[in-house]
Amino acid sequence: MREHAPTEPAIDLSPSPGDEVKTTTCYMCACRCGIKVWLTDGKIRYIQGNPEHPVNQGVLCAKGSAGIMQHYSPARLSKPLLRVGERGRGEFREIEWDEALSIAAGWLGAIRERNPDELAFFTGRDQSQALTGWWAQQFGTVNYAAHGGFCSVNMAAGGLYTLGGSFWEFGEPDWEHSRYLMLWGVAEDHDSNPIKLGLGKLKARGAKIVAVNPVRSGYGAIADEWIGIRPGTDGLFAFALIHELLKADKIDLEYLVRYTNAHWLVLRNPGGADDGLFARDGQGRVLCWARGPHPGPLPQAGEGAQRSPSSAGPQATDAAPRPSSPEEPPLPPAGEGRGEGRAHPADAVGISPAVVGEYVLADGRRAVPVFHLVAERYLDPQYSPDAVSERCGIPADTIRRIARELAHAAFEQTVRLPIAWTDAHGREHAEMIGRPVSLHAMRGISAHSNGFHTCRALHLLQLLLGAVDTPGSFRYQPPYPKPIPPPNRPGKQRQSNGTLDAAPLGFVHGPEDLVVDASGNPRRIDHAFSWAYPLSAHGMMHSVIRNAWAGDPYKIDTLMMFMANMSWNSAMNTRQTMGWLTDKDDNGDYRIPHIIYADAYASEMTAYADLVLPDTTYLERFDAISLLDRPISDADSACDAIRHPIVDAATQPLQDNPNPRDVRGFQSVLLDLGARIGLPGMTLDDGSPRYRDYADYIVRHERAPGVGLLAGWRGEHGELEAKGPPNPEQLQRYIDNGGFWRGHVPEAARYYKMSNRAYLDWAQKLGFLGHAEPIALQLYSETLQKFRLAAQGHGAQQPPAQHRERVATYFDPLPIWYEPFEGAQVEDGAARFPLSAVTQRPMFMYHAWGSQNAWLRQIATRNYLYLHPDTGARYGIDDENWIEVESHHGRIRVQAKFAGNVQPDTVWTWNAIGKRRGAWKLDKNAPEGRKGFLLNHLISDITPRGDYANADPVTGQAAWFDLRVIIRKAADAGEETSQPQFEPLPGPAADDRPLRYGVEFRKRR
Amino acid sequence: MHPAFSVIFFTTLSGAGYGLMMWLGALALLQHGGLDGAPELSLRALGAGLLASLLLVTAGLLSSTAHLGKPLRSWRAFSQWRTSWLSREGVMAVLTYAPALALLAWLLALSPERAWPAAWPALAGAALSVCALLTVACTAMIYASLPPIPAWRHPLVVPVYLAFAALSGAALLGALPGGSGVGRVAAWAVALLAPLTALLKWRYWAAIDRQPLPASRGDALGLPGRQPSVFERPHTEDNYLTREMGYVLARKHAAKLRRIGAGLFAGLPLALAVAALALPAAGGALMAAAAVSVLLGALVERWLFFAQARHVVTLYY
Amino acid sequence: MTALPPPSKKKLGLVIDLDTCVGCHACAVSCKEWNTGGIAAPLTDERPYGEDPSGVWFNRVHSYELAAEPASTGCGGGGDAAVAAQPAMTLHFPRSCLHCEEPACVTVCPTGASFKRAEDGIVLVDEDKCIGCKLCSWACPYGAREYSPVEGVMKKCTLCIDRIYNENLSEAERQPACVQACPTRARHFGDLGDPDSAVSKLVAERGGVDLMPQLGYRPTNKYLPPRPRRAEEAAAPAPQETLDPQALPGVLRWLDKVLSR
Ligand SMILES: Nc1nc2c(c(=O)[nH]1)N[C@H]1C(S)=C(S)[C@@H](COP(=O)(O)OP(=O)(O)OC[C@H]3O[C@@H](n4cnc5c(=O)[nH]c(N)nc54)[C@H](O)[C@@H]3O)O[C@H]1N2
Ligand SMILES: Nc1nc2c(c(=O)[nH]1)N[C@H]1C(S)=C(S)[C@@H](COP(=O)(O)OP(=O)(O)OC[C@H]3O[C@@H](n4cnc5c(=O)[nH]c(N)nc54)[C@H](O)[C@@H]3O)O[C@H]1N2
Ligand code: SF4
Ligand code: SF4
Ligand code: SF4
Ligand code: SF4
Ligand code: SF4
Ligand SMILES: [Mo]
Repeated sequence: MREHAPTEPAIDLSPSPGDEVKTTTCYMCACRCGIKVWLTDGKIRYIQGNPEHPVNQGVLCAKGSAGIMQHYSPARLSKPLLRVGERGRGEFREIEWDEALSIAAGWLGAIRERNPDELAFFTGRDQSQALTGWWAQQFGTVNYAAHGGFCSVNMAAGGLYTLGGSFWEFGEPDWEHSRYLMLWGVAEDHDSNPIKLGLGKLKARGAKIVAVNPVRSGYGAIADEWIGIRPGTDGLFAFALIHELLKADKIDLEYLVRYTNAHWLVLRNPGGADDGLFARDGQGRVLCWARGPHPGPLPQAGEGAQRSPSSAGPQATDAAPRPSSPEEPPLPPAGEGRGEGRAHPADAVGISPAVVGEYVLADGRRAVPVFHLVAERYLDPQYSPDAVSERCGIPADTIRRIARELAHAAFEQTVRLPIAWTDAHGREHAEMIGRPVSLHAMRGISAHSNGFHTCRALHLLQLLLGAVDTPGSFRYQPPYPKPIPPPNRPGKQRQSNGTLDAAPLGFVHGPEDLVVDASGNPRRIDHAFSWAYPLSAHGMMHSVIRNAWAGDPYKIDTLMMFMANMSWNSAMNTRQTMGWLTDKDDNGDYRIPHIIYADAYASEMTAYADLVLPDTTYLERFDAISLLDRPISDADSACDAIRHPIVDAATQPLQDNPNPRDVRGFQSVLLDLGARIGLPGMTLDDGSPRYRDYADYIVRHERAPGVGLLAGWRGEHGELEAKGPPNPEQLQRYIDNGGFWRGHVPEAARYYKMSNRAYLDWAQKLGFLGHAEPIALQLYSETLQKFRLAAQGHGAQQPPAQHRERVATYFDPLPIWYEPFEGAQVEDGAARFPLSAVTQRPMFMYHAWGSQNAWLRQIATRNYLYLHPDTGARYGIDDENWIEVESHHGRIRVQAKFAGNVQPDTVWTWNAIGKRRGAWKLDKNAPEGRKGFLLNHLISDITPRGDYANADPVTGQAAWFDLRVIIRKAADAGEETSQPQFEPLPGPAADDRPLRYGVEFRKRR
Repeated sequence: MHPAFSVIFFTTLSGAGYGLMMWLGALALLQHGGLDGAPELSLRALGAGLLASLLLVTAGLLSSTAHLGKPLRSWRAFSQWRTSWLSREGVMAVLTYAPALALLAWLLALSPERAWPAAWPALAGAALSVCALLTVACTAMIYASLPPIPAWRHPLVVPVYLAFAALSGAALLGALPGGSGVGRVAAWAVALLAPLTALLKWRYWAAIDRQPLPASRGDALGLPGRQPSVFERPHTEDNYLTREMGYVLARKHAAKLRRIGAGLFAGLPLALAVAALALPAAGGALMAAAAVSVLLGALVERWLFFAQARHVVTLYY
Repeated sequence: MTALPPPSKKKLGLVIDLDTCVGCHACAVSCKEWNTGGIAAPLTDERPYGEDPSGVWFNRVHSYELAAEPASTGCGGGGDAAVAAQPAMTLHFPRSCLHCEEPACVTVCPTGASFKRAEDGIVLVDEDKCIGCKLCSWACPYGAREYSPVEGVMKKCTLCIDRIYNENLSEAERQPACVQACPTRARHFGDLGDPDSAVSKLVAERGGVDLMPQLGYRPTNKYLPPRPRRAEEAAAPAPQETLDPQALPGVLRWLDKVLSR
């Protein structure tokens, strides 16, 4: 019928995409992509990725594309709320801001006068810790943290204590040159769009991608190989790979001695106070054993073996050197036969350091290089592929093959970039040579009680391959690498003006940095930086509510939280957490007297606040994505960004309430509160507020002279980068530039950043590093050994008796593996709870807050528990049966679904799809509440033994994925409801008439 | 496919209506076309028949517009007769009114002194019969032209639609008041058509039971030869596609319904038609019962026609 | 109208790389976002905050499991007693209109609302003519047509015709919303009628396929099948030195290593 060429209707091919377009930063997750927001008649027509933006280069994920529905969500808050009913019932009275702020200031002012630690200020998934941490410091409370402690502090700490950088969003695979990528326990990550862009590039280039994950979801789906590992055993797998590489001598020793502490000498003095510390000379310089005639004059010849009282280790009063114990392997006669060697400062160049052997220093102490200890430990047959295969669920042949492939990619497919560079010692190199093997890991490693060591194991693997910050390998994103550990220590001393000596979060370098009292008990409400969790660099938000309720170690007055759904999916042991939030003492008073909460939406958590401070949406406020916080840099540039009001909240009412929404950006509210209670830094001498609002603070606040929240366009005329006096026009300059600033790393500085002269100088100039010394990467962690020594009874600060064994066990200076606590501590656990249960981040949904989004919720209106068909058969369960899932801690009722893409001893579900009925303004019968569920009800917040938080013993990282369960068919199979169910939150659901968003734009045409 | 009642009613009722028209038209042709010994269709029966068929057809057509999202625009549906069987059906349905009304007009105006061309009733009858037949064929072709639904593409679909129209039309014919003259013809027709229709339909059912979809899920994903299984649907809840095309009827129920349907549209009518032949006095009542039975059976059959048809898009779900 | 125009030289369409798609739904949501305010506005949602929400989407992302091909080995870490056999892979599959060359969805349309553009082959619905008879959706084997009971008309992928020619957008942004958004860049847009276009070359290079060609619709859009999974690099060598870790101390093999710092 083609002969009748029809007439076609006229189509407007060039409709206006909007009256205006504004660039800002997405906030639908922590990735912080650049967006362009098109507006028509003051309404959002379209949000697209900003092609100019360094993070997303124009692409946009599902969440970002659904920003319109988040902005217009019916669950938005619109006015400050004061609780009228019992706490937890969600009954409030709307109040004016003045009243809200004076109530809050009343509580906070009194606390500050009495004892600032009575305020616990914990913030969730926000990105304004540069402000909130500083605010807490000004307030003077040690009880401050953000969500990192339950999120991924194992990743952060594991990396920062080893590499001075980390996976997470602080480093990235070299997407341009990598030939082999191993993804360990990554479903989505914070760097979601950069990772997807990168995977696309690897795919296009034909690089091999291996996913190590009990579940094969999104990224794993496109991997060339899926290693369905048993949860919690990655450390063993990594050790077996290391074992194979050592056995085959497929390691980059040249790299190790140049950039790591592989050659540093470790004192061997079992029982001594200096055992396991680095051998240092009189000037405190770490020593190595240099062999062979030295090519040049030695800097400090002769002094090498003197011990110095100023050595960084604990005082060694009882440090009588002991002979090595008889069961130690025979070692070469120290220095004998190869006697040309001598102790020598390890950071010297032009030397040939020994990497194995035991050596006797001039003062008679015995020492071995770090690499010797590494090789000794991981060559042990207990780490052979055959030995770990069964526990990991990976065939030994597969492990051997992966080891061969890693070696092949690293050593046979070397990348050479014709870029001349100069190393930190002034030596010039004509090209950059790289090992194109990248690893990337996230919460699958992190969220286990052995995650810190597993993370270090992965870094060890990278380092042995010479695959850190070389072309083709893992790369640092500025401001990383940092010195190891990073120099800022947690604040703990109150000064005369009531402020803390430093921000409450930081990095512990040794027992002396712990935030404990004279008897070694925790000083923080979350027990972070205590002997129980010494390196808890991000605090421990997951233990705050229990401890505040229990008054452990003391009672607090006010719990102030921001952007964390702590009565639901952010909590372990959700039911009891709700109980603690509402529990009363014998006088009938709430055991947690006051709760202030700032949220933008009617989440599950708002119901538990006494005072709700309504935040704006992300399109209605100023924000700083600061290099002082969690930067958005990539490996080739340092970046920061802002958000600015695209629309005015007052013009964005709720659908069913024509009154303007009376909401304020929480950061501005925080500054206002600070000024009201006269906090230093927030008030002028006459007591008036120092800053108008957050925008004013972003521009004018200086952390150190010339250093503020934003690095771009500093200086009076915006002529300076990174450091310089405030520029009143700074925000406008950002807006003009698409909302971000990008400072390119000089080309010659893009790799070997830890030891690249150009990089170190550049980073120092920009203020990322205090000094431009090279950073030696730490295979062996002396920090950990210091804790172990303390636990063995050395030094001024020693753990209380009940923590000694624990600290001594888990503070091994080299990576170790141990059974995750939940599996290890439940009696008969393997039989009673034979399955692991984990969650995945859905790519299209952000935690709790995606379900209020009319578009996103359609993709997953409820979740299922996925299990392998064989697993179903083993437990007499059919596809889509309703089942009971039980852990040592609790029981839930959920609907099962078969999926073959999971390791058969693991079950899984999408994270945070289950909602409490009535929350988020969803219909009370919405499937999210009726059929959806959280695994969190099964996850205890304490170990089965009950002695510690359900967390990593080194960092306090919440061990979400240690969960072990048993499943069985539910008795009342016809009942299609998940359990537990809680009383629905009150209040009307959103208008449920058809949503015809966009019809008005069409009409206009 | 989702069995939409508006469409089921439409096809059953209009099918019966057009079937009756086919018979009326044919009888008018025979009777007024000068064939000796043609069965005698009383004017009363013709009038009642025309009215009844027009009523059925019109009710069916109206019912079909209930299926439309924009019924007020249904006039647009006549425009694409060159390609669209639905459009053709619409055109034919409207065209069919012309001979029907022409015959009705002739009937109403009929008085010996008024001179109508003698060929009028015969020609109108012939036209009516042909138009009705074509309309039913067009209806059937709407379904039979859809490649994604192999059960509807089947070559028996058009014959079955026509058989059903003829059968239900015949049963109705037998039930017409004052129709004793054609009562025997109708009864004979039902007695013959009922088993014939049942035979066609059984063959159809047997065929679609064996007939696979023309593609596999692997083909649907562009991976012929692979065996994909569904891990997750795009959305956890239903959508237009799963509701409209994803309707699946359990085989067990289908077998039962087929027996019920066949009993109603063939078995019982056959018995009643035989009884009507044996007891001419009760013929009208028996044939009325047969008509009701055929129509009920046709509804069941039509419901199954939808409910058992698998659309290839279900491969994705 | 529903007659098809003579085949156009220009055949605009999408190429979707199943080897790279991670199933993130970005294409689906960005499509919804652009088009709900575009020429096919609105993409209505029913019961948006209630039970059983359901809406119009022009693009939906399915997920499947693919059983291992008999010939392929080395995937999934299976084959040993330590792990049960696993399906070879998870496959994500975005599905939208393929802008077919022989689109029965057009020819069945009784009103002329459905049409295929003579110029570039894009298949569209003129919603002002549509009576909502749903026949076109029955005629589409690919499930690409989405009926809105609220609007009473049929909707479908527009190939973002109001973007790709839109002079108010910069040239680089004149591409479908789903292509622009796709974070892995698994989606490509271009002229599949031109053998020299980037998309045609990609299809040729990667063996792009038609979906269900036996139905005769001759889709314009092409899918790039997942590449055979790369298992072991053929060249990967066995360990050169095999060391017996039982014979301690194995570490001594590095004793004489001369390294330079
Ligand atoms: N079972 C299980 N549980 C887990 C995890 C897991 O993997 N498995 N992961 C854990 C991890 S790592 C995390 S980070 C947590 C996250 O879990 P949640 O803390 O629930 O995180 P979100 O949903 O990101 O948001 C918390 C609150 O922020 C509010 N919010 C959103 N936008 C704004 C805004 O602009 N301003 C303000 N003031 N508030 C806003 C939301 O309404 C919500 O109430 O979940 C943890 N829980
Ligand atoms: N779309 C989206 N993006 C997000 C978020 C979101 O909610 N939605 N949340 C953000 C936040 S707060 C965070 S913390 C990050 C988290 O980012 P990811 O760490 O990528 O997220 P998870 O889904 O927790 O992924 C954990 C993965 O580890 C696997 N796993 C579990 N146990 C083990 C194990 O023992 N070994 C191995 N190898 N794998 C294991 C799980 O199967 C899962 O695939 O994502 C961020 N990005
Ligand atoms: S990844 Fe998505 S949600 Fe997160 S910032 Fe980027 S576009 Fe927004
Ligand atoms: S995919 Fe379906 S709707 Fe699109 S042109 Fe082809 S037949 Fe028509
Ligand atoms: S629903 Fe609309 S576009 Fe589809 S066939 Fe009917 S009239 Fe044509
Ligand atoms: S081309 Fe446009 S309309 Fe079609 S699926 Fe992509 S975004 Fe949607
Ligand atoms: S946006 Fe790209 S990667 Fe994501 S589902 Fe669509 S095609 Fe796949
Ligand atoms: Mo997190």
